Amino acid sequence: MDVRSQISMVFHLDKCIGCHTCSIACKNVWTDRKGTEYMWWNNVETKPGTGYPTKWEDQEEYRGGWEKKDGKLRLKSTGRGRIVPNIFHNPSLPSMDDYYEPWTYKYDELFNAPEGDDQPTARPISKVTGEYMDIEAGPNWDDDLGGSPVYAENDPNLDALTPQEREQMFSIERLVFFYFPRICNHCLNPACVASCPSGALYKRGEDGIVLIDQKVCRAWRSCVAACPYKKTYFNWQTGKSEKCILCFPRLETGQAPACFHSCVGRIRYLGVLLYDAERIEEVANKPPEEMIDAQRDMILDPRDPEVIRGARENGLHDSVIEAAQKSPVYKYVKDWGIALPPHIEFGTLPMLFYVPPLLPVMAKRDGDNVESVSDDLFHGFEQARAPLDYLSSLLGGGNTGKLVYALRKQMAVRMHRRLKTVGDVDAEVVERMLREADTTPEEADAIYDLTALCTFEDRFVIPPAHREEAIEMMKDPQEHRQSAGFGFVSGPERGL
Amino acid sequence: MPGSDQFAYLDILLFAVFPYVAMILFFVVTIQRYRKQSFSYSSLSSQFLENKEHFWGMVPFHYGILVVILGHIVAFLVPRSILWWNSVPARLYILEVSALIFGILTLIGLVSLVIRRLKTPKLRPVTTIADWILYAMLLVQVVTGLGIATMHTWGSSWFASTLSPYLWSLVKLSPDITYVTPLPALVKWHIVGNFALIAFFPFTRLVHILVVPNMYLWRKTQVVRWNWNRREIRKADSTPARRTRA
Repeated sequence: MDVRSQISMVFHLDKCIGCHTCSIACKNVWTDRKGTEYMWWNNVETKPGTGYPTKWEDQEEYRGGWEKKDGKLRLKSTGRGRIVPNIFHNPSLPSMDDYYEPWTYKYDELFNAPEGDDQPTARPISKVTGEYMDIEAGPNWDDDLGGSPVYAENDPNLDALTPQEREQMFSIERLVFFYFPRICNHCLNPACVASCPSGALYKRGEDGIVLIDQKVCRAWRSCVAACPYKKTYFNWQTGKSEKCILCFPRLETGQAPACFHSCVGRIRYLGVLLYDAERIEEVANKPPEEMIDAQRDMILDPRDPEVIRGARENGLHDSVIEAAQKSPVYKYVKDWGIALPPHIEFGTLPMLFYVPPLLPVMAKRDGDNVESVSDDLFHGFEQARAPLDYLSSLLGGGNTGKLVYALRKQMAVRMHRRLKTVGDVDAEVVERMLREADTTPEEADAIYDLTALCTFEDRFVIPPAHREEAIEMMKDPQEHRQSAGFGFVSGPERGL
Repeated sequence: MPGSDQFAYLDILLFAVFPYVAMILFFVVTIQRYRKQSFSYSSLSSQFLENKEHFWGMVPFHYGILVVILGHIVAFLVPRSILWWNSVPARLYILEVSALIFGILTLIGLVSLVIRRLKTPKLRPVTTIADWILYAMLLVQVVTGLGIATMHTWGSSWFASTLSPYLWSLVKLSPDITYVTPLPALVKWHIVGNFALIAFFPFTRLVHILVVPNMYLWRKTQVVRWNWNRREIRKADSTPARRTRA
């Protein structure tokens, strides 16, 4: 057992209102520089939709993530043997057109327009070339199902549905959507790290954050192609790749990442998970339908004395172990089993989990009024507006079992709370629901508390980073006295 | 002949002095640049901005120039092997023709890269003066090289018997320019162009050649960096250890 610590995340999709505050917070802090305008380390997609970059989930096209060949795990894009012939031109690299060309407007034309009969306009200009351009795409071009026939129709997850289901999903009476906020998953088996020819990408040992060493990156671009979530980006100005850094400078000073901190719907949770690093390869090698269980299994119980001993032996500070015991992520993922990894079949073992949205599933039954209780207690899952197959393609590894479990439990919690607060449902029925959903009144209350009443401290249990130790071990303070700062302080100037 | 002294001086300048200036610039600037501005070491790929014509320029250019340069290096390091190989006419033809093919490949790639850069508006903001100078120098070098290959044939043999000794005389710090002074002007241009490229090398994106990822094939799949030695850090009597990678 090789116990390591991973800062992990849960996004509660039912609470996401699609306001994009997280994206803007991130953009303002990290990606407002030249060459990064098109990057959204944090973005919020409408599902069904093609997302950003367009159709990123379609790995036949983008060739991201891992595949199994002869029982061995290998990168779908260019790993090992294939890196040499492909280094001059990476055949799997998306181009800027797959994202969008960033633009601004010529505002001075607005202000300096001569007086006339027509309204002055600010014409869009490209932030790459500085020339006038026609806007053809944007990071949220299909927000709220805008342009569904062109965008949502092409969602790769819809391939899991029958033609009838597909058609029904887009009929106006059944129209359904939900939001899907995305950041880097800080995976346990990151394809970006494995693909980097220079070894510039790495996983930070002490907290699992995946970073790019800007001084070692040489623009071979493999990481951009290899990440199946398309969460590494190429800075065309500096000639270096960049990605979500989980705001590690904020984490190290005990603050939540900018997107977490600013989340209006309070959908985001952050905490430590302890995991067994020896099992990474084995879990990534499992067939997709077993992967969710296997990944949960490799996440260790932070109260188990054996695990605590292993964690201490591996240099984890007691304060980190304590944070793992309080982790809200552990509760959602392990204790309650209602948070699921996105597209686990990509094989990277993402450490960002989503609580699947109940709302579009349960909002209405076809042809009937909304009924809260019927003979079939968990009615409507099969006739749900958002078909289960669609959701499970996104969050269930193509397997509805885990998804139905999470939805049933949430449904039971809802009815349990309704009994407590409104009291218009039969206590016996609720008891049966709780039992059938594999939960208890106590657990239901705990889920409700952490979902609905959570404070800042409940949502973000940030372990102390103990940077002071790291710095002492790396540098002799005497040797560096009177020198200014540590490490990389010059500006990121593009080379010639 | 009037002015022949001037030409003699020019020959000394170009073939006995300039090579050393170029090599000193090459070593001093690349090392200093790596130490002070390692951030600037990048291939500065533009594939992200233009993804289609990139293939038709990059692939022929790189494969072409790799083989051509490798040929030059082999002829420089082990001239005898080339002479031995060329002792059979059929083998000489094979070598010359394949060298020419890869040279043409390089030219095709280079020209399509120049055209691509000229006609793609998105590439303008990432194109510097240094890039254009480099393109010009490479074009001169490739065109003179192809000219030599077609007009002064059997270069693979005479390179080994004239230029290789000249280069070795440079290495031994006793430059002997009598090897090069009688050579045709095209060859002289090619030699001077070569040292000009070496001198200009450290100021351009060519530095990416020095940081090719040669370790990738042998390293572990996943990279983990620890800011401390995890086995030692909680032990009371541990001594400070350097950053470790596992």
